[in-house]
Amino acid sequence: MSGMANEAPAGDLRLVDLTKRFGIFTAVDDLTLTVPQGSFFALLGASGCGKTTTLRMIAGLEEPTSGQVLLGDRDISRLRPYKRPVNTVFQSYALFPHLDIAENVAFGLRRRGIRKVDGQVRQMLSLVQLDGFGRRRPAQLSGGQQQRVALARALINHPQVLLLDEPLGALDLKLRRQMQIELKRIQTEVGITFVHVTHDQEEAMTMADTVAVMNAGRIEQLGAPAELYEYPATAFVANFLGQSNLLAAEAAGPAGPEVPVTAHGARFSVPVDRARVDRGPVYLGVRPEKLHLAEAADEVPAGHQHVPGVITDASYVGVSTQYLVRTGWGSELSAFAANSGVGRQHPVGTSVVAHWDPRHAFLLPREPGQDDRTTPLLDEPVKVPS
Amino acid sequence: MTALAQLGSGTPATGSPPPARPGRHRLLPYLLLLPGAAWLVLFFVVPLAQLAAASLYDPTGSLSTGYVLTWAFGNYPEALQAYAPQFARSFGYAGAALVLALLLGYPLAYAIAQKAGRWKNLLLVCVVAPMFTSFLVRTLAWKTILSDNGVLVGLLRDVHLLGPDGRLLATPVAVVLGLTYNFLPFLVLPLYASLERLDHRLLEAAGDLYAGPLHAFRTVTLPLSMPGLIAGTLLFFIPATGDYINAELLGTPNEYMIGNVIDSAFLVRLDYPQGAALSFLLMAAILAVVFVYLRRAGTEDVL
Ligand SMILES: Nc1ncnc2c1ncn2[C@@H]1O[C@H](COP(=O)(O)OP(=O)(O)OP(=O)(O)O)[C@@H](O)[C@H]1O
Ligand SMILES: [Mg+2]
Repeated sequence: MSGMANEAPAGDLRLVDLTKRFGIFTAVDDLTLTVPQGSFFALLGASGCGKTTTLRMIAGLEEPTSGQVLLGDRDISRLRPYKRPVNTVFQSYALFPHLDIAENVAFGLRRRGIRKVDGQVRQMLSLVQLDGFGRRRPAQLSGGQQQRVALARALINHPQVLLLDEPLGALDLKLRRQMQIELKRIQTEVGITFVHVTHDQEEAMTMADTVAVMNAGRIEQLGAPAELYEYPATAFVANFLGQSNLLAAEAAGPAGPEVPVTAHGARFSVPVDRARVDRGPVYLGVRPEKLHLAEAADEVPAGHQHVPGVITDASYVGVSTQYLVRTGWGSELSAFAANSGVGRQHPVGTSVVAHWDPRHAFLLPREPGQDDRTTPLLDEPVKVPS
Repeated sequence: MTALAQLGSGTPATGSPPPARPGRHRLLPYLLLLPGAAWLVLFFVVPLAQLAAASLYDPTGSLSTGYVLTWAFGNYPEALQAYAPQFARSFGYAGAALVLALLLGYPLAYAIAQKAGRWKNLLLVCVVAPMFTSFLVRTLAWKTILSDNGVLVGLLRDVHLLGPDGRLLATPVAVVLGLTYNFLPFLVLPLYASLERLDHRLLEAAGDLYAGPLHAFRTVTLPLSMPGLIAGTLLFFIPATGDYINAELLGTPNEYMIGNVIDSAFLVRLDYPQGAALSFLLMAAILAVVFVYLRRAGTEDVL
């Protein structure tokens, strides 16, 4: 993250204690964060967690119940939307139905008194691969084409901050990849600050400098994509960003460089710097791709920790095979084995030993009484009939 | 239809669904049209033809001596020459009333459609409520409102907008006010319908793209309300131009519009050829105005 070290917050976008209530319902709850100028900030979160509401407050379309929106040192919280150097790609596109595509894209330029718009509009349309669509009306375009017009209409203005509310959601995988690359290129070339809302984790991880995971109006964790993925702060993040195996465990304080934990009668340990908590009820977390399978306990590499189990499901997905391993205490662990040609396939019903390097495990806080969690969530862990 | 036919031929043994007869299907739309068409022919086309014939009767005839169809096209220029001021007044008053109604009606329709929230239906009822009483009674009520010793005139005299002997009743102002009031709902309702459909997110998008409220109105709200605006102005202007009640009750012969002349030609002077000729002239003039208007307003949907 290059912009982070700048001492002057020249054009940083800062949200300070930003709160939005609709009646008694709190959609955005005391949000505080800084988006450095020129950085790519991705906002991830489940449907209805307040992402759009946050963007709308930045754009000026929703008045905050309390808190501030600052651009550099300027408080823009009470500025009318048309006075803010911010443009939005709306989740609902909101294209003007009575204007053709070229006029839709040129709308912001014309408003700012720019006469010669044709060249820029054509360039923008070709950037979103809609050459020759300029004379059509929005109703004559497909959903994905409309979405790209919405993108072009906002991008053409080169705003200080661009808010993107799921701007690529309606596109097929190939086109989405191309658009991602284009967006990233424009963002680095022009130095626009992007605030990007998406449901696509891969998109967030590959494009963003900073990813924030939002849950019920609050930021659960914020950081570089690898940081969030490798060492999540909460069970929500561990399950929302990628998949995780979370074993309900108890910890009793650190012992030297490690935190020993007990889970379902077995003892494990995690390095101190991988523990968000070191005492009381915890989750012991391991990502599925960090969980390896061996046929017997003596094949487990030295230093690895392991649990025995039985394969209950094997799904072949091309690049990898995804296994479900039922442990002795009845919950299921998920393990991904790369189809690299080395290692064996494990048929359903065989006994295996699942093992991991403790340096890849992490400890998270757990509410007392919460049981193991494995993503994808399979309703409840299946109990072994006793 | 073809599917039905196939179904029928595929299951001959059951014999239950008789194969559809293509002839019946093709006739159906015309059958549905028949009652309405018959009504129109009987009560619109036939009288219109008769009126056209009457406009070409020998003008020297009368009810007692009888009329003869002499193809007297001279009736037209004669009528136009005699009543040019009334024609001018018809369009002048209706035009002025339209401007006034737009100034009142557009904000009203906009407020009801976009800002009224749960009061929307109540306000709509209020717009239509005057229609529950007769046109005549409403216009007579305006006679009281505008009368010389009424509150309104008193107030206007007090603030010196009217001289000490100034009056409203029996002036062009009274006729224009009456027209405005009586036909306002015809303007407001279609306008409301198209403003109601306006997606407020488009206004947000315009605001996001640097358009202030005025500019957003000009570039988004106004163009998108155009269908309602066109329908409303036509529904207002056409009956207002042909109206004679307002001039009759709120004005004097000096304010008479072409409707008053036609009225007296048919019912007082019993000059049928002239009345018929004036009717056709009015119709032609309104059609011409509407045609030009629709061309200028650029609605490819209507024309
Ligand atoms: N105008 C409003 N009045 C009342 N509640 C609202 C309003 N706008 C949003 N909400 C509520 O606020 C919450 C957050 O909405 P928001 O649109 O920000 O969700 P989101 O994170 O963008 O979801 P999605 O991913 O589905 O787009 C939702 O529960 C929603 O029902
Ligand atoms: Mg949303």
